[in-house]
Amino acid sequence: MAEVIRIKRGLDIKLKGKSEEVFGKSEPATLFSVRPDDFQGIKPKVIVKDGDAVKAGSVLFYDKANPEMKFVSPVSGTILAVNRGDKRKVLDIRIQSDGKFESESFQKVNPSSMTSEKVKELLLSSGFWPFIKQRPYDIVANPNEKPKAIFISGFDTAPLAPDYDFVIQGKKEEFQLGVDALAKLTNGKIHIGVNVESASKIYKSLTGVEIHEFDGPHPTGNVGVQIHHIDPINKGESVWTINPQDVVTIGTAMKKGSYDFSKVIVLDGSSVKHPAYYRTVYGAQISNIVKGNVVETTPLRYISGNPLSGRHISADGFLGAYDTQICVIPEGNTSEFLGWIMPRFKKFSVNHTYFSWLMGSNKEYALDTNLNGGERAFIMSNEYHKVFPMDILPEFLIKAILAKDIDKMEQLGIYEVAPEDFALCEFVCTSKIETQRIVREGLDYIRKELA
Amino acid sequence: MKALRNFLDKVKPSFEEGGKLAMFRSVFEGFESFLFVPDTTAKRGAHIHDCIDSKRVMSMVVIALMPALLFGIYNVGYQHFLVTGQEMEFGSIVAYGLACVLPKIVVSYVVGLGIEFIVAQWKKEEIQEGFLVSGLLIPLIVPANCPLWMLAVATAFAVIFAKEVFGGTGMNIFNVALITRAFLFFAYPTAMSGESVWIGTEGIFGIGGASNVIDSFTGATPLGQVGVAQGVVTPIITNAVGAEISTMDMFIGLIPGSIGETSKIAILIGAVILLFTGIASWKTMISVFVGGALTALLFNQIGTTPIMNLPWYDHILLGGFSFGAVFMATDPVTSARTECGKYVFGFLIGMFAIIIRVLNPGYPEGMMLSILLMNLFAPLIDHFFVQANINRRLKRVKK
Repeated sequence: MAEVIRIKRGLDIKLKGKSEEVFGKSEPATLFSVRPDDFQGIKPKVIVKDGDAVKAGSVLFYDKANPEMKFVSPVSGTILAVNRGDKRKVLDIRIQSDGKFESESFQKVNPSSMTSEKVKELLLSSGFWPFIKQRPYDIVANPNEKPKAIFISGFDTAPLAPDYDFVIQGKKEEFQLGVDALAKLTNGKIHIGVNVESASKIYKSLTGVEIHEFDGPHPTGNVGVQIHHIDPINKGESVWTINPQDVVTIGTAMKKGSYDFSKVIVLDGSSVKHPAYYRTVYGAQISNIVKGNVVETTPLRYISGNPLSGRHISADGFLGAYDTQICVIPEGNTSEFLGWIMPRFKKFSVNHTYFSWLMGSNKEYALDTNLNGGERAFIMSNEYHKVFPMDILPEFLIKAILAKDIDKMEQLGIYEVAPEDFALCEFVCTSKIETQRIVREGLDYIRKELA
Repeated sequence: MKALRNFLDKVKPSFEEGGKLAMFRSVFEGFESFLFVPDTTAKRGAHIHDCIDSKRVMSMVVIALMPALLFGIYNVGYQHFLVTGQEMEFGSIVAYGLACVLPKIVVSYVVGLGIEFIVAQWKKEEIQEGFLVSGLLIPLIVPANCPLWMLAVATAFAVIFAKEVFGGTGMNIFNVALITRAFLFFAYPTAMSGESVWIGTEGIFGIGGASNVIDSFTGATPLGQVGVAQGVVTPIITNAVGAEISTMDMFIGLIPGSIGETSKIAILIGAVILLFTGIASWKTMISVFVGGALTALLFNQIGTTPIMNLPWYDHILLGGFSFGAVFMATDPVTSARTECGKYVFGFLIGMFAIIIRVLNPGYPEGMMLSILLMNLFAPLIDHFFVQANINRRLKRVKK
């Protein structure tokens, strides 16, 4: 094992409402939603219609550009509706679960003894492929390419993120099967980044992977940061990434010979009464687990994903395809008298004009969604740099994107980044610039122009 | 607070599009967001945000400027009573200083913010806070005798042509306050330099007065005195009534000069606030002093004119060097924005300030021109460091 990669720059935001390692009890969700928008970079062609009966693993839609890439139902039941928006864009496919979790047939296989082509075919047709993402562009992996390596971040450092060690415990065999399948997709290595402070027993017992130990604050757990320090992406190269739980999902299907999309998510945040882990399925409605479990004295913000880069959903919204966290925090839609000059002991700032840096690094804050200011042009410098642990100049990259200067974007390293890598920049920004949106638009723009 | 909030909510509709007072929308919004942090929430992207905003940053700089402002007010009064030979009384010194400085602050803010409000209304944008700082810097870098109308013209020129035409706060290339001073300097040179502009000799609003200006009165700044001296040796620097000014006096600051620049103690307090809160870059600030000191030492080695022989610590203590280093060079918008670039940017400011002082026969102060010059070159400095980053990435491919 190589030596520990220590990352200095970054920021751990301590939020109230962290979950202990316990499971909460709830009724299983009955309503599910699969959103094509969760899967960046694909054009959905829906093949089901209202009232169709589906099983877990039944194809709902496929990608127009790669018709062999299927997207499947996570549960068995009936199609309630295919919701469309402007220009008939598919918003989501609603599925009413029948509670039986019946599965389409799936053959028990041993990926080690299969050819690369067979593995690829199996993952594409079975609907597991979309869990694999690629960089550049942070989109669903392009099956026509062979990546130079596959990266798995074995831990998540985002605020209130689930503990992956806890989440995947007991899944060693499944994980190994998943890794064996992934190994067939690349000529390079499979890299797993682990936190130096946690045991990571499962990761360390795997074969056929390269383990890298990391130490440092958020965003050290972001796979983009790990790629940058292990084997950075150059122009013309691509790497693939996948979440540990999705590796387990692939492995589970291969072991059991049936579809099982269940995964462990965490429900937390300062407005949650009893933060806990739950076993659920992607696309599940969250109301079963949040109802009665939140403090409703103020309006609340429900987030699928972490508070820095998650998606705003409603109280009866649905878990996103890649998300492993539901976070509930207060909305900050109140105005604060002369707030900009007040000491604001209860708010958090990395800036030394406030006092939170004197309060010790263990004090937890209950932050709301207020912007705490108005949007401005770039004023302060060196803010992004301090929370962006890559050899990339974040401010200059953002400016190149705003100027739509493709050459500059390439030169400044846009192929290495995903919007989530800029989440902390957005958090600390004095000028309240929406860096994640800008990066997403930049990635989409450059992909369109170079296509 | 509740009553105020309710009142604002009540009158708000008349300021919105179609309301009776819609032409004052920007003014209303400016004051509303000043009184209450808006209730805007994150709509997409990060759901939580740091509680820092540009109002906080700007108000911290204003706070950091307070010691220099207060000392400036006192010093203006002190110099007046020194040359008029009247009895020194704390109350009347402060009263004279206030009578001289306050109108300048008012003019600077009214003219500058007035233009900002109009532009914000016109462009349908929020009022931006940048001028809160510029508006206080401007009175602090002019001589005590600067006429108010000149100040008004110069401020208007700077805000329109150095800031708004570029797109407002954050988009400007040059430091707005320094453009005001540069405009004054080149448009009205007699009111900005020489012996008679630094110390008020006439009464203001009936306070003070020139009943008996003493005979040997000379109003030249220390740098002015060194600049015009003949021979090789640095002359003895004197104050307005002929007493010697020591290095300690320069540090304390009861000497002639622009209103806010004389006291190094006050500037040091400001510097500590700016560095402690992390608003100003220590890299820029330290580099300016290092660049200035090294250049002064180099000139000491040549030593053919009085000003070449001025010790490096006197160079730093005199004129606008410290004030510029602490409050002007560190303006994040107009300085270099790469971390390594800040060292170069600051060093060159210090170097050019001393070069201009020493080698320019007509004009003994170099800080203003040096910072403006480097404002222009900051993007070039950044370019080299950005290019270095790009080259590192290209090299990685070849490997």
